[in-house]
Amino acid sequence: MNQIWQSIASDGNTQWVLWSTLLLGIASGILGSFALLKKQSLVGDAVAHASLPGICLAFMVIGEKNFFLLLVGAAATGLLAAYTIQLISGTTRIKKDTSIGLVLSVFFGAGIVLLTKVAQMPSGNQSGLNDFIFGQAASLVGRDVQMMAITAAAVILVVLLLFKELKISTFDADFARGIGLPVKGLNFLFMSLLVLTIVIGIQAVGVILMAALLITPAVSARYWTDSLTKMVIISSFFGGMSGMIGTLISTLGKGLSTGPFIVLSATFFFAVSVLFSPHRGIVSTLLRRKQNDRRLAFKWIMKELYNQPEPLSRNNLFLQSHFSNGQCKAVLKDLLEKGYIQEKERIELTVAGKEKAYQYKLVDEILELKDMYPNDMAFDHLEWLEYGQAEQISREQLVEIDEKITAFHDQFVLPSFTSAYEGGNKS
Amino acid sequence: MKAVEVSGLTVAYDRKPVLTDVHFSVPKGKLIGIVGPNGAGKSTLIKAILGLIPRSSGAVRIFGQKYSPKNKDVGYVPQRGSVDWDFPTNALDVVLMGRYGCLGWVRRPSKKDVEAAKECLQKVGMLQFAGRQISQLSGGQQQRVFLARALIQEADVYFMDEPFAGVDAATEKAIISLLNELKRRGKTVLVVHHDLQTVGEYFDWTMLLNRKLIQCGPTKDVFTISHLQRTYGGKLAFLEKEQMLIKQ
Repeated sequence: MNQIWQSIASDGNTQWVLWSTLLLGIASGILGSFALLKKQSLVGDAVAHASLPGICLAFMVIGEKNFFLLLVGAAATGLLAAYTIQLISGTTRIKKDTSIGLVLSVFFGAGIVLLTKVAQMPSGNQSGLNDFIFGQAASLVGRDVQMMAITAAAVILVVLLLFKELKISTFDADFARGIGLPVKGLNFLFMSLLVLTIVIGIQAVGVILMAALLITPAVSARYWTDSLTKMVIISSFFGGMSGMIGTLISTLGKGLSTGPFIVLSATFFFAVSVLFSPHRGIVSTLLRRKQNDRRLAFKWIMKELYNQPEPLSRNNLFLQSHFSNGQCKAVLKDLLEKGYIQEKERIELTVAGKEKAYQYKLVDEILELKDMYPNDMAFDHLEWLEYGQAEQISREQLVEIDEKITAFHDQFVLPSFTSAYEGGNKS
Repeated sequence: MKAVEVSGLTVAYDRKPVLTDVHFSVPKGKLIGIVGPNGAGKSTLIKAILGLIPRSSGAVRIFGQKYSPKNKDVGYVPQRGSVDWDFPTNALDVVLMGRYGCLGWVRRPSKKDVEAAKECLQKVGMLQFAGRQISQLSGGQQQRVFLARALIQEADVYFMDEPFAGVDAATEKAIISLLNELKRRGKTVLVVHHDLQTVGEYFDWTMLLNRKLIQCGPTKDVFTISHLQRTYGGKLAFLEKEQMLIKQ
């Protein structure tokens, strides 16, 4: 391991390559977030694939591997592809996903044909254009890398400056137009930035996998936050780290393609996000559901004991419960520890337990009513009483809830019925 | 001076025009209900006035000035269904977007803007939801957030596209009291509206539209059986007439 670090530290070119893939990852993380929200991730994929014929054409025209001119060719066909997608879905009945599929395959097919042609050219054998398919960061040299880094930095800067404008034209294009923003221009600018990022990325990541560096960090970031700013920051972090880690791994072996490793790193972050992010992650969702079931069982048992005139035996309680026996046992253990119940032969609520059960009963009842009749004035000003907050309720608040429930039910009781009932009671 | 003046407005996506030669003008300080059957071109009218879709012909003047989207006098509330509510943002942030127009390029909203946004949320009864992710809001609450975003624009003329569609009773009440407050402050509000039952109650002016302008004027003059028949066609108007008789 030490050797690796030493070779990186001593090799100026490797350092440059690492920095540039870091910046590339950040840029695609940022743009990818917007592309995802604009539902244009797949346009990015088409643009990446469509840059291949541009590269080949540029090489055929100039006859040598000039990095800058190859990228100009890539950008030209990439933009053409993006424009063609818009044109097809805008003017015909063909849906966007179909037009993306059409354009992607046609341009990529043309690219492969041209690549074969290039290989047959006398100068084509050593052209290294094959590197563009899966990416070969190690083959980048000083000037290429500088250009990549500068472009990525410029793209990042433009997005940060126009963050607010891009945000509103992504969220609500009609409204943005209504307040006088040139939404068409902004969309064109965004598409150009996207093409630029893809084009500088294809040498390192390759045309086939470049889209993954746009999509995966963005969709992973969405798992962690509900704020666009944070999403963009997290996405750029994932993108940057993926770029750097992937490049690092691919430089360890001779002739390893970079793209697959960058994509695998990004996928690692994605897997972590899907599993472990705090709100949307699979693990936390399952845990939350489990806790919720547990809480429901807890309340149900408390209320059941409260409603029964006599103490219950364990077996009776299990029979009546719709929760699993294991869950009930766990809850009973918990209740015993909290001192809410006492168990000799049968189970009985303690004084503290009775108080708690009464509280649960009232709070659940009023929340249920509030959900059933959200527009009833009787349940206004109860926002403080969300589910799960019922633990810290004062006695006065409990009285207030009780009064509200009684008042609500009273309005449905017909006067004549009440008096008849009361009359009956007296006699 | 008229608040909104539209003359010779024609919109055609295809060979068949959606709207033909619409002329109307409305005075300042009125609540105007734009009423007509499905496919009458009500939303199209608003979008064409605001320049969100191209118009084949016609001119729009706001307080005598030729309208352009740069005009800060005009606020717009799009249909709720027109945006993706899963967008990563919260209610307060959406309201702040109403300020983006006057902030200018590059600049970020200041503390003062945030205060103003909170005030607007308060006005629509949504302050306690300021930090909530917008997909976690009910349909009515989302609509109120959209209204708050229009409020913060401090415009003089508002165009609202079906703000009452699919909202709960509490939101409907909130919107109506808001509209009345806007009117009291001398604002002009044009509202695309679907429910014939409430037209008379909510709006002091009514515009009847069905591909062409049928009538536009004070509700008591315009909202009559014969005009409604011309707007909706004989059969439907007959049903409406019965409903109205029952109501009376």
